[in-house]
Amino acid sequence: MTMHFNDETFRGDYTYHNSPEAIRRFPFPFDQDSYMYSVNIEQHPGGPKGTPFEKTFDVDEHYVSEMADREITLAEDPLRCQSLPHMELAGWDLLELIMVSKARDYPELFTLHRDGNDWHWINRPLGIEKKFTFLDPATLPCGPMEYITRQTQGDFALLHERDNNLWMDAGMITSQADWSLDFDVGMNFFEWHAPVPKARKMGVFDKALKFLLAVGQGQHYRRLNWTMTVNPRLDTSPENYHKWGPEKRTVTPENVGQKQFLRVELQTFFRLPRSNALAFPIRCYLANLEDLVSQPKWGRRLHRVLRDIDPALADYKGFAVNQKMIVEYLSQFDDGAPTSPGIFADA
Amino acid sequence: MKLALKVTEIEQLSPLVKRFRFEDPAGMALPVFSGGAHLTVEMSERTEAGEIIRRNSYSLISDPYDGGGYEIAVRREDKGRGGSLYMHTKVAEGDEITVSVPSNLFQLDLRARKHVLIGGGIGITPFLSQLKQLDMEQRPYELHYAARSRDEAAGLKLLPQAAHVHVHISEEGSRMDLGAVLDGQPLGTHVYTCGPGGLIAAVADQAARLGWPKASVHSEAFTAPPPGEPFDVVIASTGQSIHVKADQSLLEALEAARVEVEYSCRGGACGRCHTKVTACDGRILHNDHWLSDDERAAQQDIMPCMSRFKGARLELDL
Repeated sequence: MTMHFNDETFRGDYTYHNSPEAIRRFPFPFDQDSYMYSVNIEQHPGGPKGTPFEKTFDVDEHYVSEMADREITLAEDPLRCQSLPHMELAGWDLLELIMVSKARDYPELFTLHRDGNDWHWINRPLGIEKKFTFLDPATLPCGPMEYITRQTQGDFALLHERDNNLWMDAGMITSQADWSLDFDVGMNFFEWHAPVPKARKMGVFDKALKFLLAVGQGQHYRRLNWTMTVNPRLDTSPENYHKWGPEKRTVTPENVGQKQFLRVELQTFFRLPRSNALAFPIRCYLANLEDLVSQPKWGRRLHRVLRDIDPALADYKGFAVNQKMIVEYLSQFDDGAPTSPGIFADA
Repeated sequence: MKLALKVTEIEQLSPLVKRFRFEDPAGMALPVFSGGAHLTVEMSERTEAGEIIRRNSYSLISDPYDGGGYEIAVRREDKGRGGSLYMHTKVAEGDEITVSVPSNLFQLDLRARKHVLIGGGIGITPFLSQLKQLDMEQRPYELHYAARSRDEAAGLKLLPQAAHVHVHISEEGSRMDLGAVLDGQPLGTHVYTCGPGGLIAAVADQAARLGWPKASVHSEAFTAPPPGEPFDVVIASTGQSIHVKADQSLLEALEAARVEVEYSCRGGACGRCHTKVTACDGRILHNDHWLSDDERAAQQDIMPCMSRFKGARLELDL
């Protein structure tokens, strides 16, 4: 295996860390010095070599530890993974999509042998080898969606299409930005987005739903979303708010660079073939302010974005309480110089 | 996404209907699909007036989980725009053919406790892939196939002989009794209808009378765009005037003039080609299943894949 995997934690002593290479490839979400909602959708996969956009499902140095963290979260709260009965076929579609993509994109890490419906899956980083029958749930230790998403970074929502709407009828959600699958399961697109400020009035959701319903087989798309999190915690769920909410108050001018993380979601969309459901993977990337300002362009831009952001968004994204401290810290890295277009760091 | 395939089989199913099978020329597996999906076939023809490209959508009738090939059934419409006639008279085994990847506007609702499928005439086609999916998923269903005569019942050759597959031939006195089909179905049953507008309306009406929830009643009125009298449209942004021929749909005329319009089903069902009308002096002949009655009456919207125009001036927001 050529890839190195960190031994790190996302809770307790928070030993999560980014290598210089992980920082360079971080999916910085701002393509200009200010931020407002947009339907910022691009085709996926595709992007410069080494970026998280290059492969269908990005595997990075955090893979093994993220999967261990998911296991802890699920053991404490099994309802983080739910699939309504009619979604099992979509689970198989997702399992196929992920296994085929990973075996193709990372042959040194994953192998898939298929002989009709007799499948043989090898996942070397996690030490898993499994022979099973595709579409026969009795041959897996759990449902197909749960089986494959215990081995894949990122959260996964499976959306059922009916009545010209999308319904969140299955998911594996353990690294979420303060939303609950157990609360949202069975809701439609407008219902589960109801808490987002301003966007409905702006017509963002009507456009986004229309776009999603038109996503066809073989056309995959992505967009970036972001929020702010104190400490490198994947499980910032409403269920565990009592554990991570108070941590917002532990930020000081001295530690804000290490403790305050930019949390970026790489959201992708896939039309699944047999179920006609939509898969919506939400991959979470974390980098603290110190990591980010090591790229001068990002230091300047993040300062301007967070300084000038609409107060309603600062509140929704959960950092209003520390905004002043964050902006003051970042101001040291903003010399007023112009920034180059696009999201990527300057070479 | 488009696929360049090869026509590997053509079979005459009935006097008016042919079955076509397409496979990848190199034998590669094609994307699998879901029951009820369709694909769009591109038909390019050289004529004296230059090359014309017609695109018609057809329901897939083959096994959805089999990537070995795609099959469709095409009914010859002698009074149509010429797409089905082209398929019947110009396409031969061994020909190359360009199709879209499958897309589904008529999927099964897998929440249903039971599925009742009702197909009239060539409307049987989407159910042929659906019943294969239902068999594989081991879901309870019954299928009712209604046709005027055995000669017209092209689907007979493709249907399994099974207790839950019912054939109603009205010429033989076994007309389908919708009341009997729908009454007494278990709670949680979903009904799907594909066929002539009258059949779809009759099923919806019967289901409503029996108190079925609206969300359990599905239909697909998939028809190719009808021909009609020629007319002209004006493109608002450029002032360009485009002539729509009798055997051409408005969408096809726009495409021939290289005016970009999004599309998917080309049958008035998916809503992708929805276009705003900026001026209308005359009457839009709405043939789609997308716009509401109010929208039709307002004449400020048109679905170019299906609808036509009669009058002095039609200007589109393109």
